[in-house]
Amino acid sequence: MKTLAKSLAAAAGCALLAGSAWAQGTIRLTGSGSTFAYPLYSRWAIEYHKIHPDVEVNYQGVGSGAGIGQFSDGVTDFGATDGPMTDAQIAKVDGNVLHLPTTIGSVMPTYNIPGVTEQLKFTGQVLAEIYLGHITKWNDSRITALNPGVSLPDQDIIVVHRSDASGTTYIWTDYLSKESPDWAQQVGHSTSVNWPVGLAGPGNPGVTNIVKQTPGAIGYVELIYAIQNHIPYGLVQNSAGRYINASLETTTNAAAGAVAHLDPNTDFRISITNPGGADAYPIASLTWILVHKQMTDMTKARALLHFLWWGLHDGQKYCTELAYAPLPRRVVAIEEERLKAITVDGQPVLPRNYRGQ
Amino acid sequence: MTDVPAPALEPEVMPRPTTEERWRALRAVSRGDVVYRAVLTALTLCLPAVLLLIAATLVVDALPGIKAMGLGFLVHSEWDAVHNRFGALPLIVGTLYSSAIALAIAVPMALACAVFLTEFAPRWLRSPVATLVELLAAVPSVIYGLWGIFVLIPLLRDHLWPLVRPVLGKLPIFSGVFYGPSMLAAGVILSIMILPYIAAVSREVLLAVPPSQREAGLALGATRWETVWSVILPYGRAGIMGAVILGLGRALGETMAVTMVIGNNHQVALSVLKPGYTIASVIANEFSESVTKLQVSSLFYVGLVLFVITLIVNALARVLVWQVARGSGVGSTAL
Repeated sequence: MKTLAKSLAAAAGCALLAGSAWAQGTIRLTGSGSTFAYPLYSRWAIEYHKIHPDVEVNYQGVGSGAGIGQFSDGVTDFGATDGPMTDAQIAKVDGNVLHLPTTIGSVMPTYNIPGVTEQLKFTGQVLAEIYLGHITKWNDSRITALNPGVSLPDQDIIVVHRSDASGTTYIWTDYLSKESPDWAQQVGHSTSVNWPVGLAGPGNPGVTNIVKQTPGAIGYVELIYAIQNHIPYGLVQNSAGRYINASLETTTNAAAGAVAHLDPNTDFRISITNPGGADAYPIASLTWILVHKQMTDMTKARALLHFLWWGLHDGQKYCTELAYAPLPRRVVAIEEERLKAITVDGQPVLPRNYRGQ
Repeated sequence: MTDVPAPALEPEVMPRPTTEERWRALRAVSRGDVVYRAVLTALTLCLPAVLLLIAATLVVDALPGIKAMGLGFLVHSEWDAVHNRFGALPLIVGTLYSSAIALAIAVPMALACAVFLTEFAPRWLRSPVATLVELLAAVPSVIYGLWGIFVLIPLLRDHLWPLVRPVLGKLPIFSGVFYGPSMLAAGVILSIMILPYIAAVSREVLLAVPPSQREAGLALGATRWETVWSVILPYGRAGIMGAVILGLGRALGETMAVTMVIGNNHQVALSVLKPGYTIASVIANEFSESVTKLQVSSLFYVGLVLFVITLIVNALARVLVWQVARGSGVGSTAL
């Protein structure tokens, strides 16, 4: 018995030693939320771990709503969301939250009209009328007026939208709300809304498949998905009156246009749909990472802020690779100030002159 | 090690136990039995405990929704996350309607399949076909969904519907324009998914019908078909009813394949060509990205409704099976 006890004690000692070594060696950061940004954040985690083997970032794409919930409950070190937290949600964490834009997503109309190969032009007003069920035929004069020279058939328009609650729907309905007072009043904007008309499929693939399989259908998908799957999509008129092709550049232009006159003290909970700028694509939105303004654990705080700083600078190059639009320079500059203002017990985590590692 | 001889002859020396002593020894409870019994009881109680826990969680999380909307939730059709107005009527109707369509298609086919395999098919064909039918149950539901989008819906819309439209188009349940994703598509997909369950169980039931029943029918001058219709099927109806209920249970809860083909539209329509929505689909669709507390709670509420619906369906099924079983018992004594 004695030998058994001794060997147990020895084993426990070893385990303790190993445990403490492990705890000192690796800093684990956990985050969860937006599925839209999941490919980017998990890529960041992998690339950052290559440079800093002592930091392990674990990101789970559980959905924006759940991400906000887990962050607010203190389950995760950072949250991620496609729609900013509401005032009520911020009050729940006593205002101890910072919205940090990380990349920009955009959404475009896609359609399937037999015999039409031209890229159609849309305005926000017309898209809203279609989605309200007021325009029901493809040869409606309000559509043909925007597309002279295109012969549109006398075909029913079949509206397709997302069946799941999603950030994509948030961007789309936010845009329609801005463009059409009727839409704003009757439907409004959220991750899922009470659609006046239409069929619905789950996820970008669900919408795309219904559109592809249904003659006369119109739907909306994310830029990244349309690019990767070579889906035809329409041009959308921006606030300067020009019809813009959605692309990474025009999406970044949207953010640049929206933040051109941004108050440096912004909390970044801004909508960038229909921004200013001649070459800005109008249906775009920021996606955010959520962190606490006052953190508690200096080691973790430092690791997290270093990681985020890296993501906002070096990490931006993975945006284009994964078909996300990179942030405009001005946004990053304001975010640098925000990161430097984060404290643990009143002490700033990053030095004033921090410029990355 | 020591050289003590083993007392090999001892049993013969001992007196034989009386019958009563042997009974007592048999009835005596050993310690192993006690432990075994306790473990089994605990494990068995786990299942009802899990069920109760699920019910309790549903009720607790649904409470804000129940307080906010009351029973009106069950009869309202709106589902508006922006204005926080929720109603489950289209979801309840859609769940029951799609399952009813599925049963209407699957039950006759599955029964025909079971009867064919047990009564009419040549012996060499029976087990390969039975295996193939059961393999249908092994296909993941998301695959059924994909197949529904790419094969079934175009087939229904572009080929079958134009054929039958002149005849059926006037009926109210086939009114309106058929775009593809619809209650009909969901019902057909579900019917294919539940068919293997109903067919496999029905086949087992028919196989269990004693040969004497069959022979008696034939001896009375019935044809094979008459024997099946008036002897074998009535004999197995309790079991067949059980098979149908098993299929119905699966149809009520199916999520992924249905979401992909039903169109996910909150409306109550008589026409099977119109899109609809089901309870399981709305939970899967909206749970992860729900914004407001009331929306999450509404999803729990509607989940509770589904729970109650399945309980009611199962209870009804139990009653039906009892009734039917009693009927067949009377019938067999009469014979």
